Amino acid sequence: MLKDITIGQHYPTGSFVHRLDPRIKIIITFLYIVSLFIVSNFFGYIFVVIFVFGSILLSKIPVKYVLKGLKPLMVLIGITFIINIFMTSGNVIVRFGPFSVTEEGLYQAFFMALRLILLVMGTSLLTLTTSPIALTDGIEHLLNPFKKLGVPAHELAMMMTIALRFIPTLLEETDKIMKAQIARGADFESGNLISRAKGLVPLLVPLFISSFRRADELAMAMEARCYRGGENRTRMKELKTNGRDYFALGVGVMLISILIVNRVWL
Amino acid sequence: MSIKIEDLTYIYNPKSPFETKALDRVNLDIEDGEFIGLIGHTGSGKSTLIQHMNGLIKPTTGKITVGEFVMTNEKAKLADLRKKVGLVFQYPEHQLFEETVYKDIAFGPKNLKLSDEDVDERVRESMELVNLDFELLKDRSPFELSGGQRRRVAIAGVLAMKPDVLILDEPTAGLDPKGRDEILEQVKFLHEKYNNTVIFVSHSMEDIAKLVDRIIVMHAGKIELSGTPKEVFRQSARLESIGLGIPQITKLMERLREIDTDFNPDIFTLEEAKSEILKWIRSNKDA
Amino acid sequence: MGKIVQIKEVTFLYESNDQEEALRALKDINIEIDQGEFVTIIGHNGSGKSTLAKHVNALLLPTDGDVLVKGLNTKDEEHIWEIRQTAGMVFQNPDNQIVATIVEEDVAFGPENLGIIPNEIRKRVEDSLKIVGMLEYREKGPHLLSGGQKQRIAIAGVIAMRPDCIILDEPTAMLDPSGRKDVIETIKKLNKEEGITILNITHFMEEAVDSDRVIVMEDGEIVLEGTPKEVFSKVDTLKKLGLDVPQVTDLAHELRTEGIELPEDILTVDEMVMELCRLK
Repeated sequence: MLKDITIGQHYPTGSFVHRLDPRIKIIITFLYIVSLFIVSNFFGYIFVVIFVFGSILLSKIPVKYVLKGLKPLMVLIGITFIINIFMTSGNVIVRFGPFSVTEEGLYQAFFMALRLILLVMGTSLLTLTTSPIALTDGIEHLLNPFKKLGVPAHELAMMMTIALRFIPTLLEETDKIMKAQIARGADFESGNLISRAKGLVPLLVPLFISSFRRADELAMAMEARCYRGGENRTRMKELKTNGRDYFALGVGVMLISILIVNRVWL
Repeated sequence: MSIKIEDLTYIYNPKSPFETKALDRVNLDIEDGEFIGLIGHTGSGKSTLIQHMNGLIKPTTGKITVGEFVMTNEKAKLADLRKKVGLVFQYPEHQLFEETVYKDIAFGPKNLKLSDEDVDERVRESMELVNLDFELLKDRSPFELSGGQRRRVAIAGVLAMKPDVLILDEPTAGLDPKGRDEILEQVKFLHEKYNNTVIFVSHSMEDIAKLVDRIIVMHAGKIELSGTPKEVFRQSARLESIGLGIPQITKLMERLREIDTDFNPDIFTLEEAKSEILKWIRSNKDA
Repeated sequence: MGKIVQIKEVTFLYESNDQEEALRALKDINIEIDQGEFVTIIGHNGSGKSTLAKHVNALLLPTDGDVLVKGLNTKDEEHIWEIRQTAGMVFQNPDNQIVATIVEEDVAFGPENLGIIPNEIRKRVEDSLKIVGMLEYREKGPHLLSGGQKQRIAIAGVIAMRPDCIILDEPTAMLDPSGRKDVIETIKKLNKEEGITILNITHFMEEAVDSDRVIVMEDGEIVLEGTPKEVFSKVDTLKKLGLDVPQVTDLAHELRTEGIELPEDILTVDEMVMELCRLK
């Protein structure tokens, strides 16, 4: 049951997009997110949609698989849609008692939902095409220049790596403890909010205890393997950029430029 | 309480690239009061099978009948079933959560909505069953006990539900020989005292050969062998081919049979081997 | 042959919060291990064997006495990384010692910490994975592996640091029989083919049978020491300590009490068959 969560899951296909330098991909994703906030009209959206679907095609990941990532967010998108429909003033089309649907509301709701969908698709494309380790590597490298300002780039990356490493382990453990307590008659599904929250104690306490034990043992194992922070540490895989990375970055920059031009002059 | 399993199939992650058939048309009958040893290596489907008996997972297809409870994919009255079938998970001490040993063991009985006196009665009784001193330990935190004691607290927590069927998933895993022998002794004692149905999951042939009435060997989601320990041990070649270790005594007797076919093929305990070998040597000397 | 590990009159006290008296986990332990030796330490939980293991890797420092690894004292802080590189350590729970989300990245973790150049790391990772027979899994996530496979990855991670000695703290306690067999075979291979000194801590007597020397610990002290044959022939002492002996050794012992003339040091089925045939 808990294993079904797909957010952040790497889907390797070995495509052009997969082989890009993670730093470039992070930067492009960042540009893409900014683009989503700049875009202001139908014409602009066409570019964004082309960009994102173009990338998905290139990545050879089935579109359906990318859309699956939207599922858990459908409620949020739906709520945004409804709020925008009813809360925007302007030309009234239909009225339901105190609520009214306006032309601007429809327009706004549609684009707001589209924006959210595109945001999720773009960012999940980043995690689908980049292994978690490459992603943390990319983040560590991008943060490196800020080390002098006191940003603990290496430590943050190490924390992320360990978190990613232990997510499957802890999910499995949660599943097991849950089943063990259910076998002792625990009830995680019925009752009101308070009794449900109380019902979680038999799950959370063992989970915390085991996490602390794991942390303790992991720290010892890391120490035994001569870990002493980021100083003098080398990496087996070095990040290298080449032609295709610059090309991809160029496309990203072009996208945002077009949208800026579109917004300012058209 | 008897258990009947008919054509049980279970598929993990159906219709996804990770689809795996954990159980493949399993048929099994377990009689009331039987003591079963369930053997198989990791991934053989034994854990999936026992979780079905407790209603923690529902069959993809097929039917399970435990006493009068019937469970299929659509139909299941799980809460009632779980009162009858107690399941002790692997490393059960990892599920302890209460401040005191008493409270932790009382968790199950309280979920059964028993009166305080009944709960108290059951905690005392189950602590005694697993050989834990009630007065000495009831107010101690389970986390300050030794590994073996913690495990016994966890087992007591399941026993306190008074299940008609008791399933133990590798209760000796990670224990040293002393801890292992204590647990084996206690399970044996329990079965003798209450004559309940016990299913003991293990991957150690040595551990269960002496205890159980019947051994069920699982492999690749199917039941590979089922029979009395003698019947199962006779198939030692087959056991080894599916990656299950066989006890040294079994190996020894097999080698001796190659030398002299007069050796009894049904020997798997040390005591039996001893008398058989003594008989052999002495008969040889006379001849 | 040089001494790789020297444990000299080591006593270790655990600091305990609620008791006035600190726990003496180790009492005056003396052990010397030769380069290339395969030593097994057995004893049940709480006998002090894990505490001892952590001393060799400088994860714990003796309260009294000294631990020398390749002549370096573990109390000497400037040599600590050299000691840890020389004496690598594998722990009991395979899940709690794998750091990275990809097998080869995890094996690379140790060499990366040592500041080795990338090309050399790559070569070492490949070699190490080959030795433990896990090369084909190099790009897999550790959570998709079985316990025995994870433990072999952990071993590869230690070998990649090119240690002279590996200490294994109950590496098979949480594994099933086939995983246990794979790990034990890997350890034996490391000892025979790579010449790495092995200090294996366990409570499974089967693992001790093929080692050069067996040390039995109880209550923080060494109670028996010698070759497997010497140690396992003391069936009664071992049983009193709550430890197992191989089934055939036990059987031979039982037969001896019935007046059958069998040697005390039978450990394997083959030896037993041979001895019985001789009696015929």
